[in-house]
Amino acid sequence: MKLFGFIIVCLTGGLLLYGTGELPDWGDPHSPASIHLSNDYIEHAMEQTEVPNLVTAVLADYRGYDTMFETAVVFCAGLACFLLLRDFRPKKEYYYRHVPTGVVLHVKNNERQIAPGKEFEDVDKDWVPSDTIIKTVCRILIPFIQIYALYVVAHGDFSPGGGFQGGVIFGSSFILLAISYNLKTLMKRVSEKFLGIFSAAGVLVYVGIGAFSMVLGGHFLDYSQYIPFFGEHHIRALGMLGVEIGVGMAVTAVMAIIYINIVSEGRHDEGL
Amino acid sequence: MSWPIDLIVLTFVIFCAIAAISVRDLLGTAILFGAYSFMMCLLWAVMGAVDVAFTEASVGAGVSTVFFVAAVFRTSRRTKD
Amino acid sequence: MTDFLPLIVAKYNYWLYIILMMIGLYAMIVKNNLIKKLVGMNIFQTAIILFYVSIGYKRGATIPIIQGDHSGHGAEAIIKAADYINPLPHVLMLTAIVVSVATFGVAMALCVRIYQRYNTLEEDELRMRLSEKKI
Repeated sequence: MKLFGFIIVCLTGGLLLYGTGELPDWGDPHSPASIHLSNDYIEHAMEQTEVPNLVTAVLADYRGYDTMFETAVVFCAGLACFLLLRDFRPKKEYYYRHVPTGVVLHVKNNERQIAPGKEFEDVDKDWVPSDTIIKTVCRILIPFIQIYALYVVAHGDFSPGGGFQGGVIFGSSFILLAISYNLKTLMKRVSEKFLGIFSAAGVLVYVGIGAFSMVLGGHFLDYSQYIPFFGEHHIRALGMLGVEIGVGMAVTAVMAIIYINIVSEGRHDEGL
Repeated sequence: MSWPIDLIVLTFVIFCAIAAISVRDLLGTAILFGAYSFMMCLLWAVMGAVDVAFTEASVGAGVSTVFFVAAVFRTSRRTKD
Repeated sequence: MTDFLPLIVAKYNYWLYIILMMIGLYAMIVKNNLIKKLVGMNIFQTAIILFYVSIGYKRGATIPIIQGDHSGHGAEAIIKAADYINPLPHVLMLTAIVVSVATFGVAMALCVRIYQRYNTLEEDELRMRLSEKKI
């Protein structure tokens, strides 16, 4: 099997290497990829959309329909993780830590016998004493990470970034909270229901912006229909901002959903 | 773009890829894969694809490494090859 | 030798991308562990994304963000296409990266599920467990 696989790989690689002879030289300005359609985008995107970042202009305006279904794909990934892993059965065993002495009790029973309070607290199966330095640093860092994520979403039109990147950074701030404290702390702040609604709302914002422009009498995702509401100045940039916010919401929630489901095997109680 | 940077980073990328698939510990694979993604991000930044580099830095080197570690935490570190 | 050197300089990038892609394909075919296969798939994917991004590169051009003042009079300045890198492959590959992380997450969820059921991620052991079940 190993030899057979190696032969197949070498054969494919040899064919592809033979094929590179026909490709244009690397970095050639006159290669076929950069003489047909892209020049039109580069030269006219600024006057048509007033957005300096060409990648965002093409992503959210010229190819907005494409990006809409990409957001739907991300949403479906979150849904698939939820459906694959979510486990609603009650826990079989509980772990408690006696606060004054630090003894960890392991109770194998379906029902709770000790109510967690001042004397006993709920802990994970592989509980370790929490580290003050990590907790403090993460507590200070997380708000700045979230502000940076919002900055990235808001400045997607003018600088590198946009909804996906900002959403991923915002989602990873949730993940950092779960890693530095524990999963229960995260689930207390953002509940599962909230994440589910948030991810669907992101897709809905995107589709809604597209569909509402049809209601106003234009094409799907035709941002210029919003001129009566926001004025003519930078209307396409504003439309793209709205779309990016939708994408950011969906991506944020989906990243958190995937992480929580994987790390707790769908039980949402304990994790990394 | 100067070709020495390109060539050095590409060589590193290939080393990271070979190491990531040949190391016998899945947690090591996770970290090497993160390094691979980061090198790839560097390569794209050098090529002028800033948006793609940004996405790869946040997605490839950040979140997918975390997913990887989470999955290894819930399964096993052991691998035969 | 003299006419072989320009060929290397012009094409060595493509050769290295193909080597990267071969590493990914090899891992997908030969490796026994499911997570290793996934890493191979991701390497394959990034190699193809790298190839696409490199198609958009132009010598002597800058990043695809229009320079100058953005006060709404962009039409006045003349924008030459040769000054900016082709943004189209970047857009397509941005989409590909985000979809790749989504599929990676779903694949990891599947791996966790398989491990819960069969207690292994090795392909040969999985095949053994599956055949045990039938008998």
